Amino acid sequence: MSRLQILATEAEHAVEAGVTGGFWVDTAGIMLVLPLVAFLLILAVGKRMKYHGAEIAIGALAINSLWGTVLFVMNMTEGVLAQKTFEIARIGSDLVFELGWAVDGLSIMMYFLVNVVGLIVFIYAVGYMKDDIRVDWFFAAFSLFAGSMLILVGAPNLIQLIIGWEGVGLASYFLIGFYWEDMANVNAGNKAFMVNKIADVGLILGAIILGLAIGTFDFFDMSTAAFDHSEPLGAVAVVGGALLFFGAMGKSAQFPLHIWLPDAMAGPTPVSALMHAATMVTAGVYLMGRVFPLFEYLASDVRPWMVAIGAITLFAIGLLALVADDIKKVLAYSTVSQLGYMMTAMAAGGYTAGLFHLFTHAFFKALLFLGAGAVIHAVHSNNMSDMGGLRKAMPRTYWTFVVGSLSLAGILPLAGFWSKDEILVALGMEGYTAVMWIGIAGAFVTAFYMTRAVALTFHGDYKGHGHPHEAPAIMTVPLVALAIPSILFGFFNVPGWEIPGIGNFSEWLAVRVVPMGDEHSEAIDLVLAGSGLFAALLGIALGWMVWGKDRATQAERDRFEVPALYPLLRNKYYVDDLADGITAGTMGPVARFVNWVNDYVIDSIVNGAAFLTKSLGSFVYGVVDQRGVDGVVHGLGAGADGAGSALRKLQTGRIQQYAAGFVGGALALIVLFVFVI
Amino acid sequence: MELFETWALTLIVFLPLAGALLIGIIPKTNEMALKGTGLLVAVAAFVVSLGVIAQFDFSGLPYNTYQFEVDLPWIGAINANYHLGVDGISLPLLVLSTFVMVLAVIYSWNHWEEPHNPKTFLILMLILATGLNGTFLALDLVLFFIFFEVVLLPMYFMIGIWGDRSPRKIPGYGREVQTRLYAAIKFFLFTLFGSAFMLLGFLALYFQSGESGERTFSIPQLTDLGASGAFTGRFAFLVFLAMFLGFAVKVPMWPLHTWLPDAHTAAPTVGSVLLAAIMLKLGSYGFIRISLPILPEEAASWAPAIAILAVIGIIYGSLACLAQTDMKRLIAFSSVGHMGFVMLGIATMTDVGINAAIIGMVAHGLITGLLFFLAGSMSHRYHTREMSRLGGNMKLMPVMGGILAFTAMASLGLPGLAGFWGEFMSLIGAYNPLEGLSLGVFRTAMVLGAIGTVLTAAYMLYLLQQVNLGEPGEEWQGHEFRDVDRFEMTAWVPLIVLIVVIGFYPKVIFNATTDSVVSLVDMIFNSETVASLGSGG
Repeated sequence: MSRLQILATEAEHAVEAGVTGGFWVDTAGIMLVLPLVAFLLILAVGKRMKYHGAEIAIGALAINSLWGTVLFVMNMTEGVLAQKTFEIARIGSDLVFELGWAVDGLSIMMYFLVNVVGLIVFIYAVGYMKDDIRVDWFFAAFSLFAGSMLILVGAPNLIQLIIGWEGVGLASYFLIGFYWEDMANVNAGNKAFMVNKIADVGLILGAIILGLAIGTFDFFDMSTAAFDHSEPLGAVAVVGGALLFFGAMGKSAQFPLHIWLPDAMAGPTPVSALMHAATMVTAGVYLMGRVFPLFEYLASDVRPWMVAIGAITLFAIGLLALVADDIKKVLAYSTVSQLGYMMTAMAAGGYTAGLFHLFTHAFFKALLFLGAGAVIHAVHSNNMSDMGGLRKAMPRTYWTFVVGSLSLAGILPLAGFWSKDEILVALGMEGYTAVMWIGIAGAFVTAFYMTRAVALTFHGDYKGHGHPHEAPAIMTVPLVALAIPSILFGFFNVPGWEIPGIGNFSEWLAVRVVPMGDEHSEAIDLVLAGSGLFAALLGIALGWMVWGKDRATQAERDRFEVPALYPLLRNKYYVDDLADGITAGTMGPVARFVNWVNDYVIDSIVNGAAFLTKSLGSFVYGVVDQRGVDGVVHGLGAGADGAGSALRKLQTGRIQQYAAGFVGGALALIVLFVFVI
Repeated sequence: MELFETWALTLIVFLPLAGALLIGIIPKTNEMALKGTGLLVAVAAFVVSLGVIAQFDFSGLPYNTYQFEVDLPWIGAINANYHLGVDGISLPLLVLSTFVMVLAVIYSWNHWEEPHNPKTFLILMLILATGLNGTFLALDLVLFFIFFEVVLLPMYFMIGIWGDRSPRKIPGYGREVQTRLYAAIKFFLFTLFGSAFMLLGFLALYFQSGESGERTFSIPQLTDLGASGAFTGRFAFLVFLAMFLGFAVKVPMWPLHTWLPDAHTAAPTVGSVLLAAIMLKLGSYGFIRISLPILPEEAASWAPAIAILAVIGIIYGSLACLAQTDMKRLIAFSSVGHMGFVMLGIATMTDVGINAAIIGMVAHGLITGLLFFLAGSMSHRYHTREMSRLGGNMKLMPVMGGILAFTAMASLGLPGLAGFWGEFMSLIGAYNPLEGLSLGVFRTAMVLGAIGTVLTAAYMLYLLQQVNLGEPGEEWQGHEFRDVDRFEMTAWVPLIVLIVVIGFYPKVIFNATTDSVVSLVDMIFNSETVASLGSGG
């Protein structure tokens, strides 16, 4: 029994955490604020600075990384559990909104991840964006993202989480559409925003339903209530849980709401690396972790459905990476697939497994994207058909990319192996054997498409134009900085083994208010680990057999795509087309119809009534006033003429007469009421 | 201090009117003096309203107690009094009104639309200010009605004289008319139509309030009577209906909203801003201040209908936005949707919902006010509001484009900005409406309202895509555009700051409103009322 493990009893949830306050905890909120300050500062003065405000953005994340790392280490050695909140609104006695920061195993893991990976990517971006446009805006929006993400992961309650959640969505919209001169990029940003907004309906309604039913939006209190079963919620918890999951499906790109993520690759590559691979898209998985006790103790009925969606995502979307030519799209589909792994694990009950994969994936996927960015920078194209043979010109990029690929493929002893294995184990232990085999098959697919990507990009002959060069040090050093954890961080959680003195990842995550009830293995399951590893090696071998040989022409390459699945995969299972068809086919006509109703139905009643009244007025006026014979003729004529002629008078200047008469009448009425009554 | 207590509200109401008179005697040619006087008066009213905040007792007085109260006999024959007072519900709206008026004067400093004439325009603005401030403070139905109506005239002239001169084809009719004339008349007639009924309702309340000689127009007294169950049955139904027509037109609630897109589109910029930021709130404020407290049971039985109309407004308004080609008309239609959330909040008849409505009103005032400022400044520069001709504004005027993007995000209810709380809390309120109200109706309303937020996002992104992004059109090549000038900046930055502050710290509003609203709901929907609701239907 580790000294960090939770000692929770049914009576009270005593938590043995060495640290519950002190300088680093009390000031942790600085991490949530600094990037936002940087955002404003860059907007204000970025244009005038040497590196267009990158200095400010990096400075903020460097300070943040200090906090993130110190807390991470403190949590490893002593365990940290605390929460700081302050009230921002109170309605009556029941409804309270708070902001603040939670400091526990889960949030500390994310503080470390977001800040450290963020810092590395920011530094890389200085090189990547060097000659680009609007660099100040780039770093401003990137800082806005970092701040929002930290608000999200630090959130002590659902309300603050929603604030951060929408904040990262906003930054994502800005950065996907960063090159907004081209409408294709704008549309990609819109698509991301709208798909997420649809999912957010689930998040917001789920938050309302659960918050009101449990009586709090606070995660710690919610967890405790769920663990206690102190609130007999029944169906409410299931509906609320399902709605929250729907929200998570949007941000974490689960089938069929994954369609925005591949399009999101329109943004600059560092954005893809940090936001659309390493951190932002894991927000849904993180949310599942935050409300895990809810699913564990109250809403477990939703779990099989969640597992199913995760399983579809991890396998079916992974296949799409087999046929993509755009290297960023390969990685994007891969990200969706890996998010599927994480979500499946969380859904099945593998708390540690899902979050550990989130952790390792952040490093190797960021590494792969940054490597892809270096390549794209060198060849000025995203398409692998314009690449090939780059291993000679770009050795550092090549070797780090290979490390990332092997880690992603799940090759022993790299980080990806351990975290993927943990997921397979969790699926098996929770009884999802079939899904476990899908996971193993997915490992084969992953290894296959990554081999293809490496072969097409770095092996064979160069097919592009010009002479590609290795990226500058400001870009390759971050690659190395990410390659090291991609190799080593798997050892944080080797089953049945603790790093002497500091325990292991599952214990660090175990610093929380209630037990999560997840199961993880006490020793390596050799058969399962071997199966997963075998699938990955098989994928690499087959991939190399097909793609290792240089094929000069596209037609030649095409013959080796999976022929039967080819049209289906190239068309992305037609999900995008379906979504486009639905929106284009309904929203436009419906909107135009509503507008038509407004102008021709409702307003016609109004105009008709006005016209009738006016006709009546003209008639009375004409009869009463003998000099207005002309008016009678006109008025009656207008009546016969229909609506048109009445409005003609508006144009011929008579409006002033009517207006004057009308205003006079109205004034008389007012005077009457005011002074005579 | 005593002196301030008794005079503060009167000053807030009548300083602008006095300023209007003063401007009346300043020669037309001395533009500086005209504008200076206008600004001075607007600032003075704002400063006094800040004084009211400073002296305000936030300790949670029960509903129906007012501060800074003035109650003097006025028209003895009908027992109408000059009765002003402020409480937690009206305070935020009052300050919003005085605040936006200052910004409007600053903005108009060098933004005069044809036919220029700052003198008359300023006079109209200040008369408008008197009407608006007065409506939020009046505690006597006659006084309320007069202020409510005073607002009409200046706005009518603003639209009719300074409005859009381009021809507009009225759908269903063959002829074209000048947009401003059609819109001005429509605005005036529509509102007058509503308020005629409202006046009938007020008179009916008066005659029902007691024996001859004891009758009253006093809102606090009528509230006490209402809470004790004095107005019920068919009488209450008719009175509520009459007042509903008056307030619903002003809000505006679907399907009485069609004056709004026309009026907004045609109005000069400052007119649109004042219309959106303050005037629309008179209707929803009327519901909270008059309809609910005086006729609580009737209000509760109307609640589902109001909720349904509100939700139709949300969905319908957002869909209509998606079909617009005119930037200003799109923003105008967005008000229908946003005010739908406000009315949904009120319809829940709960403390959460009514608080949501109030913060929603303030947020809408700030955000949509700013949107109309922007739309005005942009059409001033481009000489068109057709979104198909715009585009690439970020390139031509980056600062303006940035502010537009910010405001659009605020308008779509981005959490962390002011617009979020009203929408979110309306939905919370709709999940748990007043006991006895149909859960089916309100929870359906909640879901539809939440879907409405998606549509809101859709049209705001559409606006940004059309106006801000992409390459500028051919016709703007070589055209020099002036980005945001200092008057615009001065008028807009306070709005931006407030939108952020309220977004992250909504307590600045709730501090004032919560206690009043909670005690209002306690008072009018005590257990007896709720019980009779359950049994009586």
